[in-house]
Amino acid sequence: MTFDRKIEDAGLTRGVSRLTPQRIEDTLRQVLEGETGAKLKLYAETCMRCGMCSEACHYYMSHDGDPSYSPAGKVHQTMGEILRKDCKVTPEFVYQMAQIAYTECNLCRRCVHYCPLGIDTGYIMSTVRRMCHKLGVTPQYIQDTAHSHAATMNQMWLKDDEWMDTLQWQEDEARDEMPNLRIPLDKEGAEIYYSVIAPEPKFRTQLIYQAAFIMNEAGVDFTMPTSPGWDNSDMCMFSGDFEMMGRLKKIHFESALDLKVKKIVMGECGHAFRSIYDQGNRWDGWDMYPIEVVHSVEFFWELFEAGKIKLREKFHEPITIHDPCNIIRGRGLMEQSRKLAHALCDNVVEMHPNLEHNYCCAAGGGVINCGPPFKNVRMKGNRIKAEQLKATGVKTILAPCHNCHGGLEDLVHYYELGMDIKFFGDLIYDLMEKPEVE
Amino acid sequence: MNSIYAFVVGPLAWIAWGVFIFGSLYKVVSMYQLAKAKDGSSLHYMSFKYGMRSILHWLNPVGTLGWQSNPYTALVTFVFHLCLVIVPLFLMGHVVLWDQFFGITWPTLPDTIADIMSIVFVACCVYFGLRRFLQRDVRFLTTGKDWIALAIPALTFLFGVLAYHQIGNDKVMLVLHILCGEIMLISIPFSRLSHMLFGFFTRAYMGSEFGGVRHSKDW
Repeated sequence: MTFDRKIEDAGLTRGVSRLTPQRIEDTLRQVLEGETGAKLKLYAETCMRCGMCSEACHYYMSHDGDPSYSPAGKVHQTMGEILRKDCKVTPEFVYQMAQIAYTECNLCRRCVHYCPLGIDTGYIMSTVRRMCHKLGVTPQYIQDTAHSHAATMNQMWLKDDEWMDTLQWQEDEARDEMPNLRIPLDKEGAEIYYSVIAPEPKFRTQLIYQAAFIMNEAGVDFTMPTSPGWDNSDMCMFSGDFEMMGRLKKIHFESALDLKVKKIVMGECGHAFRSIYDQGNRWDGWDMYPIEVVHSVEFFWELFEAGKIKLREKFHEPITIHDPCNIIRGRGLMEQSRKLAHALCDNVVEMHPNLEHNYCCAAGGGVINCGPPFKNVRMKGNRIKAEQLKATGVKTILAPCHNCHGGLEDLVHYYELGMDIKFFGDLIYDLMEKPEVE
Repeated sequence: MNSIYAFVVGPLAWIAWGVFIFGSLYKVVSMYQLAKAKDGSSLHYMSFKYGMRSILHWLNPVGTLGWQSNPYTALVTFVFHLCLVIVPLFLMGHVVLWDQFFGITWPTLPDTIADIMSIVFVACCVYFGLRRFLQRDVRFLTTGKDWIALAIPALTFLFGVLAYHQIGNDKVMLVLHILCGEIMLISIPFSRLSHMLFGFFTRAYMGSEFGGVRHSKDW
C-alpha cells in the first residue's frame, strides 16, 4: 500500500517531527482503550469489505474510482492499519493518516446510505482525527482555528470589543435603510438569542446586517450577546479536540441561559448545528441541547408561515438548492428548506441526487479549514459535485451553510461554472418588502 | 472412515455447537457490557421504533440507495443469505440428524430444491470471490480474513453438493462437509461471520441515530 499524494503542511510536518514510536503506540492505545468501545470494535469486526460504500463518496467518484478514496478504503488505510499493526505504526504513517482523515473525508455520512450493516465511517474518521489531535499532528490552518477557540472562545481571534463593535457598526449601517433598526445587545428575557459563527463578523458582516434587517422587519424580539459564547462554531469538534468542543458548547448554551432567552436561532451554518444536536451536547452529557435551538432555515420558514415576511417579488431566474449534510442528512430540514425555497423562488430546479442523498460540498467536516495547502484536494476531489451543479443548467445556487458556500464557491471558480451562490438570508433580504426611507 | 464420521457427527458436533452457542452468548453479552461501559453516548439513543424502521428498509433488496446502486450484488447477497439460512435448517438430511439425536423434527425441503439452492449458493460464492478478486475497490479492501469468511461457507456447501451427487468419494465429501460446517459454527462468534450476531444491532443503531436524532432516513 503506497501513499503517493503527500501534501506538505507545516502543522503535520512539525507534529510528526516530535513523534517517537513509543509515544505513538501509547497515544493510540490510550484512545482505543480509553475512548472507544463496542461501537468501533463492531465496525472493525463486521465490515465485510464489500465495497458497496465506494460510490457514496465524492472523492472516490471524482478520482475515477481510485479505491484508496472509498470510505472503507480510507478506513482500511488508517484505523484498519492501526488495528492490524496493534498501534505499532511509524511517524510517516501518522502523517498519512492525518492527511486522509482531515482532508479526504468530510464526515458527511453519505456512505451510511450505502452500507447494509450501518457502519458509520464518519465516526471512525473522527476517531482517527482524535488520535491525530492527541499526537499533536494536525493541519496548521485548522489547528489555528482551534487555538483561537481555546484562547478567545471564538474561531477567528476576534477580541471582545471587536465583536461588539462589529455589531454596532452593522446596526449603524443598516439604519440608513431602516432608521429604527436595533441590534439589541444582552437583552435579558428576549424571545430569541441570535448566534452566528465567527467568520460572519470577520468577513461576512453583511449576513449580520441582513439578519438584523429581517428580524426587525418581522418584529422579532431578539438579542445578540456581547460576551464570549456568541460564536456557535466549533472547529475543535473536527480537529479532534473534544475537550475544547465541550467547553465551546457549554459557554454557548450558558450565555443563552444567562440571558434567560426562550431559544437560540443560529445563522445559516451546518457544522455549528451538528455540534449542538449531535456531538458537543453529548460530550457535555446532554441528551439534546439544554435550550431549544432553531436553524435559520426553520426560523425563516416560521416567519414566512406566520406572514411576518412579505415579499416585494419572487426570484424569477431558475435556481437550484444544495442540501448541506449537517442540516439535511443530519437534521432533516429538507421540508422546511424546500417550502422556503419555493416561497421565495418561481423556479426551483432540483439537483440529482438530492435531499439526504445529495453529494457533499467537500468543504465541510473541517476540510476547508485545513486551508490553502489542501485546496486542490477539495477541487480535484469533488469533480462530481461540479458535474452535478452543471447538469442543473441554472446560474444560481441556494446553499444554507457557510462551509458549503465556501466549498461551492471554490468549485464554481475552479470548474468555471459561472454560477452565483446565495444564502436564504441573501434572497429574503433582496426580495422582501422594505419600508420607504425618507 | 466410519470412526471419523462418528467423531465429526458426535463429539466434534457437540463441541462446535457448544462453542457456537456459548461463544455467541459470551460475545453478545461482553459486547453489550462494553457498550454500557464505553459507548453510553451511543447506546442512549437506541430506539426500537427507528431501529426496526431501518432494518425493515434494508431487508428490501430495492429499498435503499446502497442496494439500488449495486443491483447485482444486492440480488446475490439476498439469494446467498436466504440459501444460507434455509438450506441447513430445512434439509432432510439435517432434520433426520436432529430426529436421530434429539427426537425432534420439523418440515423439510424437497431434496431437489435444496440441491438447487445449494448449487446457487456456491455460484453466489463464486460471484463474491470474483468480485473480491476483480473489482478494484473490493480488492483494495480484501484481507486474509475476508477470504476465510467466504471460504468457510463456500466449502461447506460445495462439499455438501459433491457428497449429495456422489462426486468423488462420497464419505470423504460428507466428512469434509460436516467438518467445514462445524468450523463455520465455531467461527461465527470469532470472525467476520459475527455480523450474523451483530449486523442487526449495528443497523438498528444507525437507524436510531438517523431516526431519533437526525430526523432523516438512513437508506
